[in-house]
Amino acid sequence: MRIGVLAVQGAFIEHRHILEKLDVESLELRQLSDLNEEMDGIIIPGGESTVMGKLLNDLGMMEPLKAKIESGFPVFGTCAGMILLAKDIVNPTEKQVNLGTMDISVRRNAYGRQLGSFHAVTEFAGMQEIPMTFIRAPYIEETAPDVEVLAQVDGHVIAARQDNQLVTAFHPELTEDTRIHEYFLKYIANKQ
Amino acid sequence: MTNERYTLNKELAQMLKGGVIMDVTTPQQAKIAEEAGACAVMALERIPADIRAAGGVSRMSDPKMIKGIQEAVSIPVMAKCRIGHFAEAQILEAIEIDYIDESEVLSPADDVYHIDKTQFKVPFVCGAKDLGEALRRINEGAAMIRTKGEPGTGDVVQAVRHMRLIQSQIRRLTSMSKDELFDAAKNLQVPYDLVVYVAENGKLPVVNFAAGGVATPADAALMMQLGAEGVFVGSGIFKSGNPAKRAAAIVQAVTNYTDARLLAELSEDLGEAMVGINESEIELLMAERGK
Repeated sequence: MRIGVLAVQGAFIEHRHILEKLDVESLELRQLSDLNEEMDGIIIPGGESTVMGKLLNDLGMMEPLKAKIESGFPVFGTCAGMILLAKDIVNPTEKQVNLGTMDISVRRNAYGRQLGSFHAVTEFAGMQEIPMTFIRAPYIEETAPDVEVLAQVDGHVIAARQDNQLVTAFHPELTEDTRIHEYFLKYIANKQ
Repeated sequence: MTNERYTLNKELAQMLKGGVIMDVTTPQQAKIAEEAGACAVMALERIPADIRAAGGVSRMSDPKMIKGIQEAVSIPVMAKCRIGHFAEAQILEAIEIDYIDESEVLSPADDVYHIDKTQFKVPFVCGAKDLGEALRRINEGAAMIRTKGEPGTGDVVQAVRHMRLIQSQIRRLTSMSKDELFDAAKNLQVPYDLVVYVAENGKLPVVNFAAGGVATPADAALMMQLGAEGVFVGSGIFKSGNPAKRAAAIVQAVTNYTDARLLAELSEDLGEAMVGINESEIELLMAERGK
């Protein structure tokens, strides 16, 4: 299996390290031509959603990536990645652009500034005690009926799935726990 | 500061990687920076080039001005306090700044002690010219490091010097035996456990950005190829002819820093770069403040 990690900005190396631990090959997606590489899934990492959206546009990657996801290609977005995939952003910036492929509504910086960042441990899709890192994190305010809620913290939805799209408001790539990545990889394996 | 808070603060810096942090002095500039793709902004009353030109004592910015910038953008907002001025840092923490830069660009308030950054909940970024300086700041609680460069000059030579020195000192540590590491810790004037971390991991325990004198997409690409994990651009953007265009070009250069053909396109037609002063022409070396 081979996973592409969007590497225009943010914590992409951390995702590659987790994939390496799981003996999964990965490559960095920095420009349009990288999207033609052979791969089985894409991870959109944490970082700044406004920056990544702008770079996807400037580098001509936005539409091809969007088409790929809409055709059913497996994608996993963490934090900023989740914001980029959301169809609706409650509080966007004036010129915010995103992929908008998943039927969820998200609030950016939902916990406030850096002083509001926190760690939590909770259940995720039946898996117990998943360590979660929230950095200036978003959460999901609304989901369409066919979106499966996978985890909640303090009454807010912080992980969900709709067909080929998996999103988490937290950063599984910042912990030693590889179970969330394994969950994504298992979905790809089952599909193939 | 608890260990958990320190970890979260280091993790915020990880999210900024591969990005450009821009100096801004007004909410309008902050918006231009955000729209151009800045991953964070540094709010200050005067950019380093103007601080240098004005002379005199340079202090923390007016909190009202910083709050105006916090309201204007959704990306993280950083602000500078003077070296050793923990009261300024307390004020910045009170207005919930996302990152404090204990900066040599402002006039130092203490010529012996840096701020004990472990006493704060908000993260700090500090400048460093060499590995010893970087690890001393980390030991004091800094969650992110940047090269000192020579701010406000548009001359990248010092940032290059600092980044090369830090990387070469890191490489040297990775090849040392345990008994040599004890001696290295002594020479670097830093705790042994930090030296061991660097020797085992081949990197600093926190994110390391380039800062000082970056004025073009090529400067940014140079710093990234030398091992920077992201770039601060101070005077280089809003002292240039076309700030929005230059800012966006530098942002793309940091993402695709090894693609020379793209860098060539990005470098085209950016208007006038900041005039700049050569290192040898300046009297005040800000990088020498705080060691």
